[in-house]
Amino acid sequence: MSGATVDFAGLQCPIPLGDYPHVTLAHGGGGRLTHTLVERMFLAAFRNPALEALHDGAVLEVGSGRIAVTTDSFVVSPRFFPGGDIGSLAVHGTVNDLAMCGARPFALTAGFVLEEGLPMDELWRIVRSMARAAEEAGVAIVTGDTKVVDRGKGDGAFINTTGLGTVPDGVDVSPRRARPGDVVLLSGRIAEHGVAVMSVREGLGFETTITSDSAALHGLVGGLLDALGGGVHVLRDPTRGGVASALNEIAGSARAGIVLVEAAIPVAEEVRGACEILGLDPLYVANEGKCLAIVERGAAGAALAALRAHALGREAAVVGEVVAEHPGRVHLRSRIGGLRVVDMLSGEQLPRIC
Amino acid sequence: MRFVDEYRGAAEAQKLVRAIHRLTRRPWTLMEICGGQTHTFIRSGVDRMLPESLTLVHGPGCPVCVTPLELIDRAIAIAGRPGVVFTSFGDMLRVPGSATDLLGVKARGGDVRMVYSPLDAVKLAQKHPERQVVFFAVGFETTAPANAMAVWQAERLGLENFSILCSHVLVPPAMEAILGSPHNRVQGFLAAGHVCAVMGFWEYEPLAERHHVPIVVTGFEPLDLLQGVWMTVRALEEGRVGVENQYARAVTREGNAPAQELMARVFEPCDRAWRGIGVIPQSGFRLRAAYARFDAERRFDVGDIRATESPLCNAGQILQGLMKPHECPAFGTRCTPERPLGAPMVSAEGACAAYFQYARSA
Repeated sequence: MSGATVDFAGLQCPIPLGDYPHVTLAHGGGGRLTHTLVERMFLAAFRNPALEALHDGAVLEVGSGRIAVTTDSFVVSPRFFPGGDIGSLAVHGTVNDLAMCGARPFALTAGFVLEEGLPMDELWRIVRSMARAAEEAGVAIVTGDTKVVDRGKGDGAFINTTGLGTVPDGVDVSPRRARPGDVVLLSGRIAEHGVAVMSVREGLGFETTITSDSAALHGLVGGLLDALGGGVHVLRDPTRGGVASALNEIAGSARAGIVLVEAAIPVAEEVRGACEILGLDPLYVANEGKCLAIVERGAAGAALAALRAHALGREAAVVGEVVAEHPGRVHLRSRIGGLRVVDMLSGEQLPRIC
Repeated sequence: MRFVDEYRGAAEAQKLVRAIHRLTRRPWTLMEICGGQTHTFIRSGVDRMLPESLTLVHGPGCPVCVTPLELIDRAIAIAGRPGVVFTSFGDMLRVPGSATDLLGVKARGGDVRMVYSPLDAVKLAQKHPERQVVFFAVGFETTAPANAMAVWQAERLGLENFSILCSHVLVPPAMEAILGSPHNRVQGFLAAGHVCAVMGFWEYEPLAERHHVPIVVTGFEPLDLLQGVWMTVRALEEGRVGVENQYARAVTREGNAPAQELMARVFEPCDRAWRGIGVIPQSGFRLRAAYARFDAERRFDVGDIRATESPLCNAGQILQGLMKPHECPAFGTRCTPERPLGAPMVSAEGACAAYFQYARSA
């Protein structure tokens, strides 16, 4: 073996990839590529003040009041997963986007894109699940649309929902309002939706009792707003891209830094185990029933009490703070006492080789 | 979480850090072989707790990073053929080839699928007899037994529609190449615990003797790494050479005999090109003649595809510990995870990706 030589003159590596000539899955992953697509293409084409807020929904002045409007499309695969399905998710996701604007949801629309051949009883299960979720959330599905595409041109069923809500006086929630000194709260254990969906994906199928956290959060958020009013600066549900991507977006909008404490972030043991095995970081895994709240420091205790008073916020915790240093960046103090940067996800989180 | 949290305790880490500081009298340069170890160092931040006189350089142990460009181009050529289901571990999918990556092939209609085990690819071949299922068999000695098992099972099942694109590499010849280089500055190694769980560590003993270095078989959790550093520094300060085993909870001197037997049955050693480094003699595995019909390069006749690497990327020097990622002029500017020049920027175990993701600039 001692004959091995290394050709130092020939140390080379690959030629650059150009910009993306095609849409890739990573453009929908909620990380940096999604962010770039939204900013450089959609925002550039549609620019207006409401859109520029880049919030979960837009808040518009109508007459003497304000309404929030938001839209979301649901393409989850598989359509049924532990703890929910595409129907309930389509209600919860849009209700939550409204709640994160500080709004009280009152109406939803539903658009269905169905693939030829979808079993009718499966559609019925999805629709019943939507109806139940809407009833529990106290919102009406007031109009809708149906399209059917050729077999092979869609993946069974895609659902789009648009939501409307009223924004109470005195509520002013926006990612730009995070400021140094504020405290970051998380309403409960993270990464459960993403891990639950992965557990039933083809080729993965690991056994677990983890279920999706999919839930409507407007009740939880309503309690927090009632207790703190304008003391609530930012609300965000960390869906695609997880807590890490959501906080990076907030840090960017607010031009402030955020410091997280790893040991304070609630993660179920089983979820941590699944993430360890799959090589995923729970901070980047999707949630569908969790809320990040950034509040005035003086109101942190009241905020924690308000969240914990609700069934969906029993395990709420203070997980970090907003700082003046490193604006636009999120840092994390690791369990072992080190400090690292938590960047926005670049592309999809891909499981590693070994 | 049991068996994980025990190796991440802050108090124990502080104790080891203090012990390392007490022990270190002279400057030393250590290399951790495996990219997984590099990521733990940087993710947990424990590398910053070490004495300034210790220099850590990051080794070539990232299978994604060292897979030659040519082979990625061959994978891309196969994946784009009609009737092919191309399967791979997740982190190979974004590695740039000459013109695109495997995810790009997928975006243009290729059937590229991520699997967690080569045995899942065998199952896909059973399920779809009308399709050709190819598995991208990359990795060190860690993944070789499972890949050997996949080929062995495919043979037993009489599957004519399963093949592997084989790019296996071996750790000891790479260490030999690093130690034998006139530019080498590595004085002690943290060997890759997972590789040793399969192979044992008897292979490293002659290497340590010949090059007068300490080699410590080391695990992947923060406390493993700190203990591995402590053991390596202790050996260096005491002037001892030879192999020690920090990762005794997973590694024995002999390793996993059934796994080694299966690998030897299916694979044989061969010269192998390492991306950015060059050909290292007897540093890889290829399929033995008896299993050659499972070789995707032969089945799809892609052996003629050649590729030329760009001169802009310094991956080779980074993989040999001659340069740190942030010292590369392209780092974070012309080379980012979205537009990588080289594989170390996109692999989950790549040193450049670790530095970029955790925003290291020093």
